[in-house]
Order: sequence, then structure tokens, then C-alpha cells
Amino acid sequence: MRMSKIVRTGANLLYPFILIFGLYVIMHGHLTPGGGFQGGAVVATAAALVIVAYSYDEVTGMLKKTAMKARESIGLLLFIGAGIAALAVGAPFFYNFLANSGLLFGMSVPAGPNPGDLNTAGVIPIMNIAVGIEVWGGLAVILLYMLSGIRKEES
Amino acid sequence: MRKILTTIIFVVLATGLCAIPAFLAFGEPAASEMDQYFIGHGQSEAAANNIVTSIVFDYRGFDTLGESVVLFTAVVGVGLMFRSMKGGKEQ
Repeated sequence: MRMSKIVRTGANLLYPFILIFGLYVIMHGHLTPGGGFQGGAVVATAAALVIVAYSYDEVTGMLKKTAMKARESIGLLLFIGAGIAALAVGAPFFYNFLANSGLLFGMSVPAGPNPGDLNTAGVIPIMNIAVGIEVWGGLAVILLYMLSGIRKEES
Repeated sequence: MRKILTTIIFVVLATGLCAIPAFLAFGEPAASEMDQYFIGHGQSEAAANNIVTSIVFDYRGFDTLGESVVLFTAVVGVGLMFRSMKGGKEQ
């Protein structure tokens, strides 16, 4: 069952903006309120909008179930990998070895209130991105599975 | 018998809930040493302006790993429930 042309056009218009806003919340997790879980939920909302606006057969062409499953697994593996990478440099598990190091995301922060810099916080942005990808794939897979179950009941 | 037992349990739980404010003041945690440590050292140690994120992903990173695994397990469970098999092959 697909919605009217107005709803589908509105979903097409809103889809990229919801994606951009969710990715912004993920990327700025160490500076502003939000983070991986919240931003991933926002990005999954874009998938929910497309699923509501279109029929199941059209959605399976746009949102691949295997791609979403891969996204979820890659996100969790990246998160665990960021924790294990600390062991490789001789630090404890989940130690923030990139903070204040001058490498990737390695700038230090002055004490007190300051505008903030994206290139700070060490492994925290990497873990935010990993969790965001995982929540995106996971919630989208749940929505796609539930939609396929509903279609099975109707036909 | 069962109704009396339910009533007794409900009264005990309600009394306990109402008695909590008498022992614990709202907004005053019993141990606040870690809060002051996070507020004072979060910016210099984790180099993140958002102290909450630095606690979630740095100081308490292992808990967040468990949280992610819980989400992964939930998705696997939903996939097992809603999967439709046709001739031994996933549809």
C-alpha cells in the first residue's frame, strides 16, 4: 500500500535533510547534546518515513536489508575495534589513547567554557560514529522486518 | 487469600515509596565525589567539551559496549521472530 503523491513527494524532499541532521548529531556528539544513539535514531527515522510513504516492494529496492545488517555489524565491530586498539598501544581496554595526542581528533581543549573544536576528544568521535552506524542499521532492520511481517498477514 | 496477599504487598511497596523522601533529600546524592572529579578533569583528560559524552564513551565505555550488544541482540531476536522461511531458504 503506497501513500498519495503528495506524501511521497514530501518524503522525498525531507529524506536528505533528516539524514543530514542525524549525521550532524552523530558527528558533534562530543560538543553538543546528543551522540551516537540519538543521532542513529534520528537517521533511522528517515528510513521509517520512506517505509511509511512507499509500498514494501519499492522500499526493498531503496533500503536493502543486507546493507542495513552489514551496517549494524560493521558499527559494532568498529566500536569493539576502537576499544581493542587501545590494547595495541599498551593502554588498558577502552582507554582514550588519541586524546591530547595531536593525531586524529587529538587536539586538547582549554579549561572552562569555550566554543569547541570538532578535531578533539580522541576516540570518542570514532565510537560515536560506530554506535551511530550500528543504531541506524539496527532500527532500520527492525522496521523492515516488521513491515515484511505485516505484508505477510495482509496477502 | 490471593487478594489479601496482593493488598499487603501493595501497601508495603507504597509505604516504602512514600518513606523514601524522609531518608533521602531530592537532588542531593549520597556520594558526589565522582561528579566533582568528572566536572574538574573531564576537559583535560578526555579533551571533550560534552562531559556527559566523555563519561558515556570514555570513563564508562565498557557499559556502552554492553548497551550496543543489547541493541544487537534485540535486532537478532526480531530478525529470528519475523523471518519467513520458504523451502529452507530465507525469503
